Amino acid sequence: MRRTTLFTLKTPYREPMEIVGFEFGDPDGEEACAIVGSMRGNEVQQTYTCARLVQQLRLDEAKVMPGKRILVVPSVNPFSMNVSSRFWALDHTDINRTFPGYDKGETTQRIAEGLFSAVSSFSLGIQLCSLYMPGEFVPHVRLTRAGEITKESLALADGFGLPYVVINEPTPFDTTMLNYNWQVWSTNAFSLYGHTTEHVDEAGAVLMVAAIERFLATRGVLRLPVSDAVPPRTIEEAGLVAVRTEKAGGFLMRHAEAGDHVEAGQVLAEVVDALDAHVKETLRAPVSGQVFFCRTEPLVEQHIICFRIAADE
Amino acid sequence: MVETVYSAELPVNEHLLVQKNRICGHGNGPRMAVVTGIHGDELEGQYVAFELARRLNDDLDLLHGTVDIYPAINPLGINTIQRGVPTFDIDLNRTFPGDPAGNLTQVATAAVVDDILGADVCVDIHASNIFLREMPQVRINEITADSLLPLAPLLGVDLVWVHASATVLQNTLAYSLNERGTRCLVVETGVGMRITESYGKRLVDGLLRLLGSLGGWDGSVPDALRPTVARDQRVEFLNASEPGIFLPRVRHGSTLKRGQLVGVVCDPLTGTVREDVISEQGGLLFTLREYPVVYPGSLMARVLGGAR
Repeated sequence: MRRTTLFTLKTPYREPMEIVGFEFGDPDGEEACAIVGSMRGNEVQQTYTCARLVQQLRLDEAKVMPGKRILVVPSVNPFSMNVSSRFWALDHTDINRTFPGYDKGETTQRIAEGLFSAVSSFSLGIQLCSLYMPGEFVPHVRLTRAGEITKESLALADGFGLPYVVINEPTPFDTTMLNYNWQVWSTNAFSLYGHTTEHVDEAGAVLMVAAIERFLATRGVLRLPVSDAVPPRTIEEAGLVAVRTEKAGGFLMRHAEAGDHVEAGQVLAEVVDALDAHVKETLRAPVSGQVFFCRTEPLVEQHIICFRIAADE
Repeated sequence: MVETVYSAELPVNEHLLVQKNRICGHGNGPRMAVVTGIHGDELEGQYVAFELARRLNDDLDLLHGTVDIYPAINPLGINTIQRGVPTFDIDLNRTFPGDPAGNLTQVATAAVVDDILGADVCVDIHASNIFLREMPQVRINEITADSLLPLAPLLGVDLVWVHASATVLQNTLAYSLNERGTRCLVVETGVGMRITESYGKRLVDGLLRLLGSLGGWDGSVPDALRPTVARDQRVEFLNASEPGIFLPRVRHGSTLKRGQLVGVVCDPLTGTVREDVISEQGGLLFTLREYPVVYPGSLMARVLGGAR
C-alpha cells in the first residue's frame, strides 16, 4: 500500500486540506479501479466504508492481479466533515456539482479538478454516495445515464452482487457530478448507495466492502473467489413508486422500513399532528413490493416523498 | 391583491407560503412579473419589490395591465438568512422547472413557473451573494440574446452581459421560462445581505420603463443610461491564488488600466502581503469582492476588457 496526497489546498488559519489516496498493486500497472468515498461533510458512512476497504485491501494486497492498480480515496472533503458542514463550509457549494472541475476556477472547482485529474484515467470508477433526501435505502448500484458507456456498465454492474441496479436520468444539474463526468471520460462509473449516511452502520460497511471486492474479482483486478449472488433486479429510478405526504405535515410515524416487503393498501406511515397527536394523513402502499427508500427524519412537511417502492414484477 | 401561489404545511402549526402581489391597472395591457428572493441571502430585490408596489399603487391610473410581484420565492431562506431552502439544503435556482409530483421544493418551483407562464415579460432580480458586489447588470444566456437584448437596456443597468450557455443553468427560473416562450431577464445587482437603495431606485425606474415600452405604463421615467453590452469582450476573472484576507485597493465600478493593482491578499498572522491582485487586461471593474476571507480560487473581481 502506498499513501499519497492527491491534492492540497491552503486556507486561512487551518492546516492545508489534503485529499489522501491509498494505492494498491503494481505502481506502474494499469489504472484499473478508483474508489471515491465521501464528498460531503455528512457522509460519515461513506468515509467509514472506504476506511474499512483500505484496511481490507491491505490484507488482500497480494491478491491484486499483476499489472493492475487500485486507488481508494476515502475523503474528498475532510474540511467540511471536521466542522459538521454538509457542503463546502465557506460558500455552501457541493463539490459533487462542480465536475470535471477547473484548476483556475472557484475553490470547489479546484478541489474537483484535483480529484478528477487523479481518478479520470481509471477504467473503472466507484463512488460511495448519498442522496439529497434524508433516509435509508436498500443497498444498490446506481448508474447515471450518459450514453453508450452506461449500457456497457450495466452489463458489469451485477459484479457487485447487490440486489438492485437503478438507472437514473440526469437533470442538467446532474451533469456536473463525478459519476457523469467519469463516463464522459470513458470510465465505467458506478455509484453505490448503502443503508445509511450520517451514522456508522458496521454491517452495511462490511456488505459494501465485500461488494466492491467481489466486483474487483469479477473484473479480474483481484484474485478472489466470487461468491454466488442472485442476479440483481434492474430498474429505472422513474419506475419506483413514490408515496408522498399529500395533505399534511407533522410527525412521521413509520410502520415500514427500507427492505420490507409490503402489500398494496398496507399502512406505511401516519402523519401525526405535532401539537395534539391526531392522525392527519395515512400513507398506504399503492402497490405491493419492496420498500426501496424510506424517509427517516421524525418531522415531515406536506409534499414530501417518504417512501419509494420497487413494485413486485 | 396578495395571492398565494404555493402553500405547503410545515411540521408544526405553520405553512410555507409563496405569495405574490397582483397589482391591476385598467384595460387589457401587458402582464409583467417581477421575481426576487429565490436565494434567501439576496435582499436587493426586497427594496425593488417594495418601491415598485408603492409607486404603482400611488399612480394606479397610469397602469394599463397587470404587474405581479413575487418578493420571496424562498420565504424560509429570507426569513432565516439562508441562501438555499432551510431543511432541504437546496439551491432553489437549480430546481426549475420543478415537478408537481416531486418533493416540496420541486412542487413550489413548478407552481411558480406555472403562475408566471404567459406573462409578457418577467424580470428575475438577484443580488450576487454575500461575497461579491455587482454593478447593476442584466445577464443573458447567448441562446436567448436575440429576444432579450432589445429589452435589457430599458432596465437602466450599467452592463448587459451576454454569457455562454452552460448546461447547469438549464435548471434556473429564467431558462425554464424562456424555453417555454415567456421572456425572462435576469438582473444581478449589489451584494448579498444588504440593500443598495440607489441601485434599487434605478431598477424600479427601469421596470416602469420596460412596462411602458410594452404599453403598460403611462408615467414618466428618466431616460435610461446607455449600458455597456458585453458580448464579444473578454471578461477577466481574478481568483485568489493564496488564502488570507482580501483588501481592495480600487473603487468598485472604476475603469482599470492594464496591470493595475486591484487589491491584496494579506496574512494577519504574519503581517505580510501574500498576493498582489493585478488586472492584466484592464477595463471596467464590474464585480468586486465584498467578503474579505478568501481561499485559493475565491473570486475577487471581474473586469470587462475590450473586444476579443
